[in-house]
Amino acid sequence: MNAKTLALVVAFTVTFFVPAAVKAAEVRSLRGADVDTQDVAPETYRLQDGVALDRAFRQQPPLVPHQVEKYEIDLKVNQCVRCHEWPNSDKEKTVKMSDFHYIDQDGVVRDVVDGRRYFCLACHVPQLDAKPLVDNEFRAAGK
Amino acid sequence: MKDSQTGKDSLWQRLWSPSARWSVGALLAAGIVIGVVGWMGFDSALTWTNTEQFCLSCHEMRDNVYQEYRGTIHDINRTGVRAVCADCHVPKPLIAKLVRKVKAAKEVWGKATGSVDTREKFENERIRLALNEWKRMKESDSRECRSCHVFDAFDLARQQKRAQVKHTEAETSGETCIDCHKGIAHRLPAGAYEAEAEFNKKWAQSHKR
Repeated sequence: MNAKTLALVVAFTVTFFVPAAVKAAEVRSLRGADVDTQDVAPETYRLQDGVALDRAFRQQPPLVPHQVEKYEIDLKVNQCVRCHEWPNSDKEKTVKMSDFHYIDQDGVVRDVVDGRRYFCLACHVPQLDAKPLVDNEFRAAGK
Repeated sequence: MKDSQTGKDSLWQRLWSPSARWSVGALLAAGIVIGVVGWMGFDSALTWTNTEQFCLSCHEMRDNVYQEYRGTIHDINRTGVRAVCADCHVPKPLIAKLVRKVKAAKEVWGKATGSVDTREKFENERIRLALNEWKRMKESDSRECRSCHVFDAFDLARQQKRAQVKHTEAETSGETCIDCHKGIAHRLPAGAYEAEAEFNKKWAQSHKR
């Protein structure tokens, strides 16, 4: 190896490999763990069954204090309405759906649930002991 | 009745006259063997027609009710104990089982005539089919449910609050599983709740105490 070749090899190494090595030492992963460590699954939130959590503000749709994932809500049937609609709500001793759910887009009170209110879970979600993902300054009204 | 030309007994005649050739023991043994083999064959046929594979060999079952059953608690769960089609839809006691099997012959006719061979036809017939099952379950006090779910073995303390209350109520008032648990393994038909209310009304009228 003559001096010229050696100089070339050194130049090549300095140009391409040293910066990469320096960079690799600087890189920190966003999740704060090495690439080869496995993610730990987050804790699953337990359903708050049998207790009624307070509303956090006046207009909040009440939370659902029971499991709902197996209930069928589609074009044919709505299993939530089955028990929460009068007169079944009396028989099943459930919370009766608010009468506002029967007012259609023209303000006419109907005898069936309005289409805009049909998908219960769009507003009413099962209550979980879910902690806020980010710190924030929200305080429940009246607290 | 002798045949006038050959002078021999007719087949019927020979069947009912005593055997001059075989001993009673041989006849008895042959009868027992035929009986045992015959019953085993019959029982195997009953068992075979109770399997999931047999039910799913019809596309009507495979494409409709089976697809809805997939993923429900009776199909897949933590311990892998399953309740397949026949566990709910065919009674366990022999006589009831035979009656159901004979009635199911109508399903073979339905298959042959293609009464529910499309999803649309199936959905149209669905309310009638569901009512049949509700009625059968109600009449037998949900016998097929109870062959696994024994009320006395309920550990109410380990149930959800809502279930505790409802199950206690049901037990004291003599209600049966199907009264509440409709549409748990299959989706409900359109108009299910109107039909349910009417069904309950009719039932109450014909079963007044």
